[in-house]
Amino acid sequence: MAVEQSTTLSRETLLDWYYQIVLIRQFEERCDALYKDHKITGVYLHLYSGHEAVGVGALAALGTDDHVITAYRDHGIALARGVDAKPLMAEMMGKRTGVSGGKGGSMHLASRAHNFWGGYAIVGGHFPLATGIALKVRYMKEPNVVLCFMGDGATNNGYFHEAVNMAAVWDLPVIWLIENNLVGMGTRIEDSSGQPQLHKRAAAYGIKDGGRVDGQNVVEMYEAVSQAAAYAKKKGPVLLEALTYRYSGHGVSDKQYNVREDLASELKQWQDARDPINVLRGIINASYPGAEAELKALEDRADGVVEESVKFADESPVPTYEDLISNVYVGRSPLD
Amino acid sequence: MAEKNISMRDALRDALREEMIRDERVFIMGEEVGRWQGTHRVTRGFYEEFGAERVRDTPISEMAIAGAAVGAAMAGLRPVAELMTINFAFLSLDAMVNHAAKIHYMFNGQFTVPLVFRAATGWGNQATATHSHTPEPIFAHFPGMYVAMPSNARDAKGMLKAAIRDDNPVLFSEVIALYPKPSLVPDDADFVLPIGKSDVKREGSDVTIVSFGRGVEWSLEAAKQLSEKDGIECEVVDLRWLRPLDLDPVYESFKKTNRCVVVEESLPMYSVGSEVAARLQEAAFDYMDAPVRRVSAMDVPLPFARDIELMALPSAQKVMTAVREVLG
Ligand SMILES: Cc1ncc(C[n+]2csc(CCOP(=O)(O)OP(=O)(O)O)c2C)c(N)n1
Repeated sequence: MAVEQSTTLSRETLLDWYYQIVLIRQFEERCDALYKDHKITGVYLHLYSGHEAVGVGALAALGTDDHVITAYRDHGIALARGVDAKPLMAEMMGKRTGVSGGKGGSMHLASRAHNFWGGYAIVGGHFPLATGIALKVRYMKEPNVVLCFMGDGATNNGYFHEAVNMAAVWDLPVIWLIENNLVGMGTRIEDSSGQPQLHKRAAAYGIKDGGRVDGQNVVEMYEAVSQAAAYAKKKGPVLLEALTYRYSGHGVSDKQYNVREDLASELKQWQDARDPINVLRGIINASYPGAEAELKALEDRADGVVEESVKFADESPVPTYEDLISNVYVGRSPLD
Repeated sequence: MAEKNISMRDALRDALREEMIRDERVFIMGEEVGRWQGTHRVTRGFYEEFGAERVRDTPISEMAIAGAAVGAAMAGLRPVAELMTINFAFLSLDAMVNHAAKIHYMFNGQFTVPLVFRAATGWGNQATATHSHTPEPIFAHFPGMYVAMPSNARDAKGMLKAAIRDDNPVLFSEVIALYPKPSLVPDDADFVLPIGKSDVKREGSDVTIVSFGRGVEWSLEAAKQLSEKDGIECEVVDLRWLRPLDLDPVYESFKKTNRCVVVEESLPMYSVGSEVAARLQEAAFDYMDAPVRRVSAMDVPLPFARDIELMALPSAQKVMTAVREVLG
């Protein structure tokens, strides 16, 4: 049953999620514009537009001592985790004040202070890291959980099998959350996975199948991940699949949507019928009518935050030679 | 022979296409090679021309792409397996090193592994630490597999055709920055260059510059400027193949110049520069007038920020400095 109304969640909570989703959308749209303006440079920029409710709903279910890790489509996850937009935007622009000092770029955002263990650009490479972080949690008998985001395409990489199986054998507290946007680069899930209903793979590992969730509905995401977290902490891994859609193609170099009618119309259908902002707006209106003015104010606030982040990034210095050679090793210069 | 001026991308495309037409056992597999038209558009139009049987889109499964290519090759097909970029070949490394490169030897010649691993390589465009590797020396470390790295469109075509026709496994690395660069390429379906042959790209008598891949471009640019500005004449030897490694033209040149600079896009330690320097002192110690200089990427991971990324990388300018240094 689709959630269209919620009386269990407070008005403030729903408005806060609305703000976060809008903030991510605006941040991503600004990144796209900055890329076109050559303010953000390089060949990679993978936007989270369309996925916002997955990240916001899932992270709302976690505490600050829980752990988060993801792939290169990481801007929205970082924002939803509460990382300030300013150092994120600075990283996009390769500035010294960026979360990764301008060395990581958009695909490698991380914030130690937020237990956000980073975005990783080698597909699947972060799965065993999640297993390892969860191992530390169990080892130290901490009451926390690791949330590992991944794309649908990434589940066909060998890392998936090894990392998921190892976490299963050791009953580690991991939530494997697949953001199934139906396609990896240009390859559809039916063409890349023998079992396209990805959550069903849980059976093969003897772990909890958390099912398939509507990734465009932030409330459903929140509820599903809350349940998964409770289970994972007590018992062991959960595999969860969120159905979603990417609005800006694979990345900035993806021109398919300009030339392929079928993709353009699929995108339009998702935007018209299942946009996470509209879905949440509907839930808010049904649950707590009369919030229109507040929603508008939240949109303006997000706009201001993004604007401020761009100004901050713009005015920040670029890294120097010292930065180039720092942190290659712990406590040693690469020139020694 | 008729020649046409085409980009390295189109030269590679022609080579692949001609070999697929020539031999039905040749097929392509890899991520986004088909419907997406190839990540770097080398296989543009192939899916439409040859169909899904021979242009196979794979899941994101580098271990299986490389390993299945080995199996298919052992069984009699001639796979061209695309690893999208060389950065992802680290996931394929075991199949490449332990199987592709070993099976012919280990089973004492019972099986051959006639395949080509194609991978785009090189830094630039702020692809960051995980996506900026030029690690060909790692792959060239192991006996049993050839490693090719062309520096221009003409060589790319002749070398790729040779790689596909040969019965040994080949890693064929294609420098991304060279894809759009044109040169004159023979318009001949049987234009095949020999495997493991270096090529003198410019003659000169003062300093020998040894390079491959993109380094050749920097070396030729440096040689041109040094000639124009300082009257220094560099001989530029393009290795073309890191394995088999043909240093004969290097020795010959060195006996004339007595000075050598090695230029590569890769990292400095355990590198082609190290290998060439070691071999030179073994083979031509008596001819050596100055220590061999190596120009390479700096010994750091590559960062995202443009300014510091460029600081870490070789350039024609750095080659010129090294040439002046060996001249004392
Ligand atoms: C090991 C590896 N192989 C290939 C790539 C190239 N690549 C980057 S993203 C991507 C598609 C991933 O799709 P999916 O996991 O569905 O995530 P999405 O982009 O849809 O969020 C590919 C093939 C890579 N970065 N790493």
